Order: sequence, then C-alpha cells, then structure tokens
Amino acid sequence: MINTNDILETINMIHQEHLDVRTITMGISLLDCAAGDAKITCDNIYNKITTYAKDLVSTGEDIEKEYGIPIIHKRVSVTPISLVGGLKTKEDYILAAKTLDAAAKTTGINFIGGFSALVQKGMTNKELTFFDAVPEAISSTERVCSSINVGSTRAGIDMDAVNKCGHIVKELAYLTRDNYSIGCAKFVVFANVPEDNPFMAGAFHGVGEPECEINVGVSGPGVVRHAIEAAGDCSFSDLADIIKKTAFKVTRMGQLVACEASKRLGVPFGIVDLSLAPTPAIGDSVAHILEAMGLERCGTHGTTAALAMLNDAVKKGGSMASSHVGGLSGAFIPVSEDKGMIDAAACGALTIEKLEAMTSVCSVGLDMIAIPGDTPEETISAIIADEAAIGMINSKTTAARLIPAYGKKVGDNVEFGGLLGYCPVIAVNKYSSAKFVRRGGRIPAPIHSLKN
Amino acid sequence: MKAVITVTAKDAKGIIAKVSTKLSDYGANIVDISQSVIGEYFAMIMLIEMEDKDKKFFELSDALKALGSQNNLIIEAMHEDIFNSMHRI
Repeated sequence: MINTNDILETINMIHQEHLDVRTITMGISLLDCAAGDAKITCDNIYNKITTYAKDLVSTGEDIEKEYGIPIIHKRVSVTPISLVGGLKTKEDYILAAKTLDAAAKTTGINFIGGFSALVQKGMTNKELTFFDAVPEAISSTERVCSSINVGSTRAGIDMDAVNKCGHIVKELAYLTRDNYSIGCAKFVVFANVPEDNPFMAGAFHGVGEPECEINVGVSGPGVVRHAIEAAGDCSFSDLADIIKKTAFKVTRMGQLVACEASKRLGVPFGIVDLSLAPTPAIGDSVAHILEAMGLERCGTHGTTAALAMLNDAVKKGGSMASSHVGGLSGAFIPVSEDKGMIDAAACGALTIEKLEAMTSVCSVGLDMIAIPGDTPEETISAIIADEAAIGMINSKTTAARLIPAYGKKVGDNVEFGGLLGYCPVIAVNKYSSAKFVRRGGRIPAPIHSLKN
Repeated sequence: MKAVITVTAKDAKGIIAKVSTKLSDYGANIVDISQSVIGEYFAMIMLIEMEDKDKKFFELSDALKALGSQNNLIIEAMHEDIFNSMHRI
C-alpha cells in the first residue's frame, strides 16, 4: 500500500515546488539521409524526423495526463548536421536548417538541436563551410539550435575554431538585434561535449549513439530548495544527504517517464539527465538553493563551494535512481533562466568572474549571460577559451552561451521570453585579449590526457 | 491499472458520495481509502483499480477534474507508478 505521506509529498512537489520533467528528447540519426543532391538529402531528413517523431508530442501529453507529471517540452536532437553527407555549400546547410525548422513545426516539438560541428582538433573543409552558414541558418529559423565543440581533454583546444565562434556570436547578435540578440541563445560553444544531452541549445545525437533513442531531462530546483529549507540548520553531511534523497526521487520520476515514453514510442531508452534546470518562475531557481544553504546572495564568497556540494550530491542521489544516467547531469546556472541569478546579477552580487569559477564545479558553463553589445569578438573568443580550458584541464563539460546584446550596455535589461527568461547586461573585463587569441592554432592537450 | 485519486476541499456534504459515484460510472473499483477533516478542510486519498483500456482512465480523469471545478474541489488522478517509483529503492 502506498504511504499517504509519500502521496502528499509527491503532489506537493509537483504543484507547489515546480517538480517537472523538463524535456523528452528523441535523438534521431541522420547518417542514412545523405543523397547526391542537397534537396533530396533535406527531403530525406524531413521525412525521417517527421516519421520517427510523429507521435512524440501526443505521447508526451498522454504520459503527462496519466501520471500527473508536467512534461514541459518535447524536443528532437539529430546527428551533427556538419557530418551529414549530401550537404556541401553554405546554401545547402541553410536549407538543412530550414528543413529542421519545418520538421519541428510539423511534429509540434519545441526545439530541434543538432545544427552542430565537432572540431576539437581542427576544422575540415566541410566544417569551414558549415561555420559560414551558422549565423544565417540560426537567425532565419525559429526552433533550430546550434552547437560547436571546440576542445576536449584528449584533443586540446582548437583556437582557430574558438575565434570563428567568437565571430559567429557577434554576427548572430547583430542579425537578431531587433529581438535582444536572441539568436545567441540558440548557439552554444562546448568543450568535452556529451553526445546524449537532451537539453538545448547543446543537444545533438552523437555518432556513437544508436539509430533512435529517448533521453529525458528532469528538473526540480524548487523541490531541492524546499527540502533544504525544511531541514533548517544542519551540518554539511546532513545537507548532502537531504539533497541526495531528493535527487533520487526526482530522477526516479524521470526514469519512469523515460521508460514509458520508450515503451509507447517503440524507441530504446537512452539516458536520464538528472540536471537541476531552473526556469524564471518564482520557486524554480538554483540560485535560491544556494541562498537557502546560507549565502546571503548567490555570487558571494562560498558560492563555488555550495555549488560544488550541490552538484555532487545531485549526481550521487540520482545515479542510484536510474539505469542509465548521462547528458549533463548536475546543476545548471543559466543567468536569464533563474530568478535568483537574475536578481543577484542585477544587484551586482554575481559577476562574470564568479560565474566562471562556478562553471568549474557545476554541470555546464557560462550560460545565458547578457554582456555589452560592444564587447569585441576577441574578448568573446577569450571567454570561450577560458571556459574550454576549465573543461579541458578538469575533464568535464564546459560551455559558453553568451549574448552580446546589440546596442545594450551594462545595467540595461534584455528579454527573451518563455523558458529563456530575461536578465540585466553584466560587465566583462575591458582589457584586450586580441593579441592572445589571434595567435591561432591549437592549445595542446594536457599531460593527464595520456591515460593509456 | 491502479491509480491514486486525491481530493482536497473545504468540508461540505456529499463529497465522498459525489466522487465515488463518478468512479463507479467509469468502472473504477475503490481498493483503499483514507480521509480526514482538519478544521474546515477535507482531504481524501483513494487507491482505485480499473481496466486499462481505450483511454478510459483519461476520461475518468477529465470527468473528475470537471466534477472538481463544479463543486470547488481539487481533484488529482495519477497512475500509482509515479508514487511507487519515487518512494521505493
């Protein structure tokens, strides 16, 4: 018999504490879509996605209804488009982006990720052409997300690719300048990118993945915060225990949804990504968890330690709850998507330097950060390089999703709407990094990458 | 399939009767029930069993939600697996 307290606890988690499944993401391989002609390749891509994912949204809605768990988004991730044969010119790639967008609209999904390239050691000719297409492809589509992997612990950092990414960020900001440079919210630069991440903008279906799979991203910052507040003044060990137990419950819910979706869609289950992913709604903030742990404001001294403990406890608790845990799995710190982060940035408690420190202990990187519109592209490249270095040396995933909001300066506000949220523009260091990043070439892989 | 129905409301006459009748209309059998009145608030949790066919559970869920809005009740209907999976190792 189910315990009454368990039932009330679950219902409370869902209705008061914003417990939800953030996304069911279907990963689809496009490796067999290649044809001699780009138009036929794109037709194959469109047909494959709209066939495989035709019941994704309705299945998500059925599961939501039956289990009473809100499932916020349904998404698709595909093979990195730069790797799909049959696409050769810049126009071919732009056509592919429009095809992905059309497939997303037909299937009713919220986002489609995979307009991506993996260039951690160097860029091929095909990938150089792909890079040229990214700004127009992303600014002229609605639901397509793009990512580039510029570094890894094994390969080092491709600084030529980093410089190109700095340029893409600026161009995207300009092309979408009438909408707070929102194009930059759909483009993220990674190091050590995971191949099965269900969250955007970095989701893609890696080449090591199978034909098709279901990955689920859970979320529950509100639940964790509530549990910490209910615990009152306790030791760090007890705090870690509470977070672990809460993460277990949240992940179990994600596992249930993943298995059901997999069964009903006839697609293998991939992973559950047990990430605390905030939204701008009140009560759904990771920063507020850190503040509940005893910090007056997220961003003050102690934030890195608090986040390190939180991130680790989430993984420990969640890993027992699922048969396959993967993706990013940890705590997210996107500034514009987290009410606590927004407030902390607005009052000056949270700076880009502190955010960079936090990225060394949490599951992603510098995320959804609005910086001044006149930030030089070399500075953006240098910020990306810093993130890539943290990831490379520490064998973890890091990323940069920066928004140099066109025409905006420090203190101005930008508004993206929906899950992407809003935030104030924060300052970057005004001293130049141009000579450094323009050296080009590769930063070599670290000595500890020699593991054989 | 088994599901958990929870009902919360300001206490009034006939809440249990109305909910049970609706369950019976859709062929659901009440396996277990617990309820309490605390001050002026009523809370009830029922474990029900019904045939898992033709989205009958969805129809019941919709009907219960409609009953809820007509009578100032908050009614949730959820498959039991969500509770089984979250609270057991």
